[in-house]
Amino acid sequence: MTINSIQTRRFDTLIIGAGGGGLRAALQLAEADASVAVVSKVFPTRSHTVAAQGGMNAALANVLPDNWHWHMFDTVKGSDYLGDQDAIEYMCRAAPKVVYELEHFGVPFSRLDNGRIYQRPFGGQSQNFGGEQAARTCAAADRTGHAILHSLYQQNIRARTHFFDEYFAVDLLKDDEGNVLGAFVFDIHTGEEIIIEAKTTLIATGGAGQLFRTTTNALINTGDGMAMALRAGVPLQDMEFFQFHPTGIAGRGMLITEGARGEGGYLVNAMGERLMERYAPKAKDLASRDVVSRAIYTEVKEGRGCGPNKDHVMLKLDHLGEDVLQKRLPGIRQTCITFLGIDPAEQAIPVYPTAHYTMGGIPTDRYGQVVVPVKDTPEEPVNGLYAAGECACVSVHGANRLGGNSLLDILVFGRSAANHIIGYLKENRYHRPMNEASVEKAWQRLHRWDKTGEGESVERIRADLKKSMEDNCGVFRTQEVLDNGIKEVSAIAERLKEARISDHTGMFNTARVEALELENLMDVALATVYSASARTESRGAHSRIDYPERDDKNWMKHSLYSSEGRKLDYKPVRTKPMSVTSFPPRPRVY
Amino acid sequence: MTMRFRIYRYNPEADQKPYMQDYELQDVGGDMMLLDALLILKEQDPTLTFRRSCREGVCGSDGMNINGTNGLACITPLSGLKQPVEVRPMPRLPVIRDLIVDMDQFYKQYRDVKPFLTVKDPLPEAELQQTPKQRDRLDGLYECILCGCCSTQCPSFWWNPDKFLGPAALLQAARFLCDSRDQATQERLEALDDPFKLFRCHTIMNCVDVCPKGLNPTKAIGEIKKMMVKKSL
Repeated sequence: MTINSIQTRRFDTLIIGAGGGGLRAALQLAEADASVAVVSKVFPTRSHTVAAQGGMNAALANVLPDNWHWHMFDTVKGSDYLGDQDAIEYMCRAAPKVVYELEHFGVPFSRLDNGRIYQRPFGGQSQNFGGEQAARTCAAADRTGHAILHSLYQQNIRARTHFFDEYFAVDLLKDDEGNVLGAFVFDIHTGEEIIIEAKTTLIATGGAGQLFRTTTNALINTGDGMAMALRAGVPLQDMEFFQFHPTGIAGRGMLITEGARGEGGYLVNAMGERLMERYAPKAKDLASRDVVSRAIYTEVKEGRGCGPNKDHVMLKLDHLGEDVLQKRLPGIRQTCITFLGIDPAEQAIPVYPTAHYTMGGIPTDRYGQVVVPVKDTPEEPVNGLYAAGECACVSVHGANRLGGNSLLDILVFGRSAANHIIGYLKENRYHRPMNEASVEKAWQRLHRWDKTGEGESVERIRADLKKSMEDNCGVFRTQEVLDNGIKEVSAIAERLKEARISDHTGMFNTARVEALELENLMDVALATVYSASARTESRGAHSRIDYPERDDKNWMKHSLYSSEGRKLDYKPVRTKPMSVTSFPPRPRVY
Repeated sequence: MTMRFRIYRYNPEADQKPYMQDYELQDVGGDMMLLDALLILKEQDPTLTFRRSCREGVCGSDGMNINGTNGLACITPLSGLKQPVEVRPMPRLPVIRDLIVDMDQFYKQYRDVKPFLTVKDPLPEAELQQTPKQRDRLDGLYECILCGCCSTQCPSFWWNPDKFLGPAALLQAARFLCDSRDQATQERLEALDDPFKLFRCHTIMNCVDVCPKGLNPTKAIGEIKKMMVKKSL
């Protein structure tokens, strides 16, 4: 196939990714009569939003007193003061409305006796700015992500959104002035390549949990959109902050929702002690995730782990009773039965911190516009380019995301990006001319894998990368280990250039898809280790043994990593909220 | 432990016709799932092609026919499988390549039942109310992951895939018919009142046997029939 014969399709908006963020945006746009193309490498309901369990935060006050300002305080504190307070205020204020909209879309939320949406306590939540535990997480049993993703897909069926299911986006297309013009994609079924021209492009491709060997993330979470942004010259923000969820099934990685502790479960060590009493005397098992993960890691390191290898702790739920488990946590109960052969109604679950969430990502403002530093301006919008969800960094999660804020993030900012796009489309009525050179570059990236002959396999390089990331970029970090990470990952990246695939057929060539995914992971891995090595403080999920304190004087700033020259730059945290007074940094205790 | 597999292979670009390929896997762990085995086999033979994503039975990507019965590879333990483990694509749908089927027909049936909540009254500024009891009626209906295991194991679907909606789509129809918030009950029932769409279900119950989420489409179809009778009275 030659470049000239490639078919072009034209839409107002291209959305890459069909998880909660992409689908929420698509719905908003379709209802505003914009023509929308949603490109997804999997059928929409296979997207990883489907795996979210515990719920979505919103200060509905259905169970306990609550308001958005308390939610904002908790989120700022949870972020270890790295979150942007204007964006956090926006998100927490929008949350109730966004939940009600979802409910109207059909999401089968669990219910309270008075007919209202059920809410459960989650980690890091408080009433009255650090007071008593709040109950802010709206839940559909422990299948909230599934319920939301399916309902959003269903509403998009109603709105007749145009889906390109099982199409893979290779790269963004842009002109010499930096305007984004769409993307170069191919149909995984047939191998056919197409150019999708769009006045606006929204990246909603999710996270990059496949960076690590043991992860709660699906195999599709390879940071595709983040890597596309890097290759388009957009830096990635705060990539050193990667969340390890405290309760993945030990050794396997399946997620056990924080909702399990929200419903009253707790962690015990080999001596049967409630270990969190030592690390978070007040919030205990509902401290923030970074705190709980470090606690588990420390218990194991100091010899108080459970099992023959003393390499995990136990999550106890059996005291909750079978009724509560079946009503509120049926999904994780089934997961334990399937994968461990144990019923949590009778036995404790072996758990250990597991790679879970990418706090960093493509820098955006609260309208979803991708923003980059230009000369003296730290945040200049990139014309035509938007990002939302886990691939983006607004930043509402800062250095550590609170449980229940991820579904909220994708829905609030998927929606707000769409609203901004609707305005943009009114001002920008015509497509800009296509840039041939940009198409050529994307085409080259894809066809580099046509090369035959000797070369290392994708599978081997991927395994080495994941092991290196796990060894060098885990829960606790030091300069020595992180620098070793840079060395190892850089060497692995060099090997990838000479790798080969053996399958060169066109139809449903998953070997080729996996090769492209590995290239994406590699770019994101480099961003992660470089950013982590540079930050000489401990903040949120970035825990440095050699720099154990938070250093607000030098490090209350966002990292920006660029692929070109593998350079780091920084920009200030937006500490000024939209309307309320700022929450100044304070010591973070739970 | 060593395990033997016979896997359906077909790449229309390279193969004249489908064939079964034998594989052997060494060091199979006692707690491994079929998907774990397929992923290792794919490392050895990258041309082996199947869909997969979440690895824990929630995304619905890896429906396939395992020793004659449909299931999800990621939650099917190897320890319970007779050898050689025979793995084929889900029946009746066109094969795109190896274990990957073209699910367009299946998705079309899903769209045909208008699977979205329809509320005609003005929407309140907060949530629509629903009692826990009303909400309980959705349990066993909303959890479907659209993997296709049920419909492609259903003889009525095999015979009339273009006319009979199949258990998955009918389960979705029931999910909205049973939702106290939905206000399109009449239209939904009328649309299903057809000799094929609904009534080709002969309660063979293959769907119930194979559903990896433990759902019961036959029961849901029975509910719809009951609602229809009530409506006609």
